[in-house]
Amino acid sequence: MIESIPLSYYLLLSATLFTIGAAGVLIRRNTIIILMCVEMMMNAVNLTFIAFSRFLDSATGQVFVFMIMAVAAVEVAIGLALLVELNRHKDAVDINQFNSLKG
Amino acid sequence: MDALRLLTPEITITIFAFAIISLDIAWNDENKSRRILPWLAFAGGLATLLMIFYIWPHVDQYNYTAATDAGREVPMLAVDRMSLFFKMIAVLTVILVGLSAGEYVEKHTPFRGEFYGLMLLAGLSIMLLVSSTNLIMIYLALEFLSITSYILTGFLRRDARSIEAALKYFLYGALASGVMLYGFSLLYGATGSVDLATIAGSLETTQAGLVVAAVILMLAGFGFKIALVPFHQWSPDAYEGAPTPITAFLSVGPKAAGLAVLIRVMVVALPAFDVNWTPILSLVAIFTMSVGNLVALWQTNMKRMLAYSSIAQAGYMLVGLAAWSAAPPSAVAYLGGVDAIMLFLLAYMFTNLGVFAIAIILENQMGTSEIADYAGLIRRSPYLSVALLIFFLSLVGIPPTSGFIGKLFVFGAAVNQGLYVLALFGVFNSVISVAYYFGVLRNVFFEKGSDESPIRVGVAMNTVVTITVVMTLLIALYGQPFIQLAADSAQILAANF
Repeated sequence: MIESIPLSYYLLLSATLFTIGAAGVLIRRNTIIILMCVEMMMNAVNLTFIAFSRFLDSATGQVFVFMIMAVAAVEVAIGLALLVELNRHKDAVDINQFNSLKG
Repeated sequence: MDALRLLTPEITITIFAFAIISLDIAWNDENKSRRILPWLAFAGGLATLLMIFYIWPHVDQYNYTAATDAGREVPMLAVDRMSLFFKMIAVLTVILVGLSAGEYVEKHTPFRGEFYGLMLLAGLSIMLLVSSTNLIMIYLALEFLSITSYILTGFLRRDARSIEAALKYFLYGALASGVMLYGFSLLYGATGSVDLATIAGSLETTQAGLVVAAVILMLAGFGFKIALVPFHQWSPDAYEGAPTPITAFLSVGPKAAGLAVLIRVMVVALPAFDVNWTPILSLVAIFTMSVGNLVALWQTNMKRMLAYSSIAQAGYMLVGLAAWSAAPPSAVAYLGGVDAIMLFLLAYMFTNLGVFAIAIILENQMGTSEIADYAGLIRRSPYLSVALLIFFLSLVGIPPTSGFIGKLFVFGAAVNQGLYVLALFGVFNSVISVAYYFGVLRNVFFEKGSDESPIRVGVAMNTVVTITVVMTLLIALYGQPFIQLAADSAQILAANF
């Protein structure tokens, strides 16, 4: 039965997920939620890759997804480390409060 | 040449990077690592540079027969003249920044091994990125470069500004790479391949709308690395908060890498695809130049001013790419514009690293990088003042400096293709930039400073300033070899001609 779901459904779903994620990054002010939204964008991309991979019957897309998942994990590690460090200087996760650099 | 020999520069720099990091762990002796590690990094840079020169004569455009990944010596990486040129830029940047970082690093952080190790690894990531011919490799190398840059930007853990700069850089970077990835996935869906040359072969048969969307999304990722308007917001904050040597590195390394990958995607994957990129590239170039120069006028901090100035300089480089894209399709092998970018980049690298070397020297002495504190520098160090004058002349593009030659070629390429408005914008922007560069020089030469003590310049710093001054003048006064080098370097593997 899964075969019968057309490609466009997957693409629409991933486009929606991506838009929600991108909007979240731009609108939300809590840094941790921003990180979650970035993760959501990555997963939307993964879904697109896998859908195309299935549709085109090519394994490359799935290889790409593994790479993205590994890199996303590294990125979140760095992001959280930076946030922890910043928390030692300033007790906040709201990015509006990280405003010592501007001009 | 076999794959192993083609990759000797990458292998060399990796060995040195890991040697530095492990020696730093193995030696408990603070003194020993402080004395030896910077020189080991310097030796690593020089060795890598030698390897690049060793490969150079063996690589020319007639060596390649296989355009796609499958049949080549090194799949996913193109070892061609263009990538070697950009590798040379990356390694020279690492060497010059490493030399000028010594005293700063000693003053500000106990983690010297990590600093130099990460610098070499950032150099490695640029070397991989500039030769990637595959979307997977482009993504991995780009993230490698981003992640090393985030860590280096936030290297001063006790300084809240450094960490804040890194977090802002990281957040913008994560967004940009997500958008770029979405572009990659659409391009993969449209063509069924992640290899640039194969993509070029299958583009004509696919729907235009999807591909245009994919390319514009991808441009966001590359534009972020180059700091093109409107993807530039991170750069002033990251530049100001980062340790100054890292600011110097960010102003050249990632820009060169982003530009190289943009050129490669444009030249290799997209020419078969019948969309006129010139208006898009021209518009981005005009906005990048104008925003960079206009906002730079209001800056009071040297690092922040240089951030906007380097945004503007990236705009000039993009003029060259717009000129390339405007060439008629009949002249497919025409890479004019690309060689202009390379010459401009070579000139820009020496000049900008020279300015930053002076900024680092002054920051080491005074602890700030406010432009107001540059007052009366002429009485404190005539040599640095004159060097600063030469560098700023070069950034504006006034002869006899390398910046003039670079701009002459870039704007010349635009005029050649009939992009008069674009060239005019470039020249007009250069005139605007006189205001803020000479604002600093007015401070240096004509204002009276509160502190009159002479500036102390170490041996390594003196070497960097001298090398950069000499190169800035040499490229202009004895330009033929450099122009020839840029022209020879505009040879791209797997391009569709």
